[in-house]
Amino acid sequence: MKEEIIIAGFGGQGVLSMGKILAYSGLMDDKEVTWMPSYGPEQRGGTANVTVILSDEKISSPVLDRYDVVIALNQQSLDKFAPKVKEGGMLIYDTNGIHKHPERKDIKVYPIDAMEATLELGNSKAYNMVVMGALLEAMEYKLPMENVIKGLKKSLPERHHKLIPLNQQAIEKGRALI
Amino acid sequence: MKEEVRLMKGNEAIAHAAVRYGCDGYFGYPITPQSEVLETLEELMPWETTGMVVLQAESEVAAINMVYGGAASGKAVMTSSSSPGVSLKQEGISYIAAASLPALILNVMRGGPGLGTIQPSQADYFQAVKGGGHGDYHLIVLAPSTVQEMVDFVGLGFDLAFKYRNPSMILADGIVGQMMEKVVLPEQRPRRTDEEVRKQCPWAADGRKDGRKRNVITSLELESSRMEVINHELQARYREIEKNETRWEEIGVEDADYLLIAFGSIARICAKAQEMAAEKGIKVGIVRPITLWPFPTDAIRKAAEGKKGILVVELNAGQMIEDVRLAVHDSLPVEHFGRMGGIIPSPDEVLEALEQKIINK
Repeated sequence: MKEEIIIAGFGGQGVLSMGKILAYSGLMDDKEVTWMPSYGPEQRGGTANVTVILSDEKISSPVLDRYDVVIALNQQSLDKFAPKVKEGGMLIYDTNGIHKHPERKDIKVYPIDAMEATLELGNSKAYNMVVMGALLEAMEYKLPMENVIKGLKKSLPERHHKLIPLNQQAIEKGRALI
Repeated sequence: MKEEVRLMKGNEAIAHAAVRYGCDGYFGYPITPQSEVLETLEELMPWETTGMVVLQAESEVAAINMVYGGAASGKAVMTSSSSPGVSLKQEGISYIAAASLPALILNVMRGGPGLGTIQPSQADYFQAVKGGGHGDYHLIVLAPSTVQEMVDFVGLGFDLAFKYRNPSMILADGIVGQMMEKVVLPEQRPRRTDEEVRKQCPWAADGRKDGRKRNVITSLELESSRMEVINHELQARYREIEKNETRWEEIGVEDADYLLIAFGSIARICAKAQEMAAEKGIKVGIVRPITLWPFPTDAIRKAAEGKKGILVVELNAGQMIEDVRLAVHDSLPVEHFGRMGGIIPSPDEVLEALEQKIINK
């Protein structure tokens, strides 16, 4: 098993923390993991992305040019990373604000409206967990939910543990989008 | 007890490893991409547990001179910074080396020259390995490629620094500083007691409580003939370090037709390129120098025997390649592939460069 994933969007959308929760969930499932962010000014607006690799074996490069899974949360990220999905790979993107949709036929494409699903939940901060839910549902590697919960516990500071049920709800909401 | 596996950034791991080693003091000044070292230490508050001092100095220059002072009294002390900040420290580093003191310096390199970018780079190879500060001195330079090595090299760096009374440097890049991966921390060691410090460092200027002879720590010697003797002593020590402490890693070198030589995280990008090359039927081996000084000259010479060419891959315009060329002379083609200014090459680019510059040439 090996999943090479990039999550890309605006700074502030929770891209890096979603990657972190995904990486921790993989760790809880006994996988080798790497989490490589685009760091620096991106975090203060503009674009942000994070590469997460989950694997049964030791991971060589933490930096990649082609991915099994691309998650694009704005037009800029979609334009940049849609061509970088491996043949037979998977592209998940949020349709909000997208005017130019991907045309590739050699990959699985999942357009989702994660924003609307988040608004239904009533907490805009849960957006990244809705997206994570879609990923967990669509991804070939089936990460057991109990390990995702463990991953959430590991990556969130204790004072935020009361939000875990909300995050769980958001993940389920996201799963239903696929 | 089962070892606890954690997920950590390289910079955070450095901070944890320093506390676990029983480090006595950290003195630093924030700069991206390594500010998490100081931040994590502030969060860990080791002054309340092990008694380790953590201090944000007023500048990089102040921080390295605090390290000089701490090291002079036999304490295990360290500092960290990134490229422009490490340039500021160079005078102090030369003094520490000249005064034969143990210390640990971390450089998480960013794109330069000048203030440059905050993205990853390896352009401080020359500075770390060839000098940086003035005078004939060497640092023991360790280049980590994983977060686990960031942890391990804190212990190794301090151990070597004390063994040889010589400063060590961990020369990391922004990738290994900022990425998170699995890490196992060593057991917490207590800080050495005053008696232990005195026993380990009889040269230390730690107060003459027992009426011993005065210990003087200085890098100044105005009498040329005595200064030459000091230089000879330093050089003899460097030869000893070269003999005992050269470290490197080889992957698939024996059966290979071509070699990729790279240090730090870039060696991992090369490992991916190696996997991709194997799918195309191209046999590539990797040599990763772990100590950049002392450089694994003999190992590279041996690895190159019978090979058709070498591509040196670095995040700079061609620095380590000079040492590779010195190792192999003109026995086979040696070319360079590098990205600069904070750009990281993809494994595809590395393989393409190998094909263009070496294989199809």
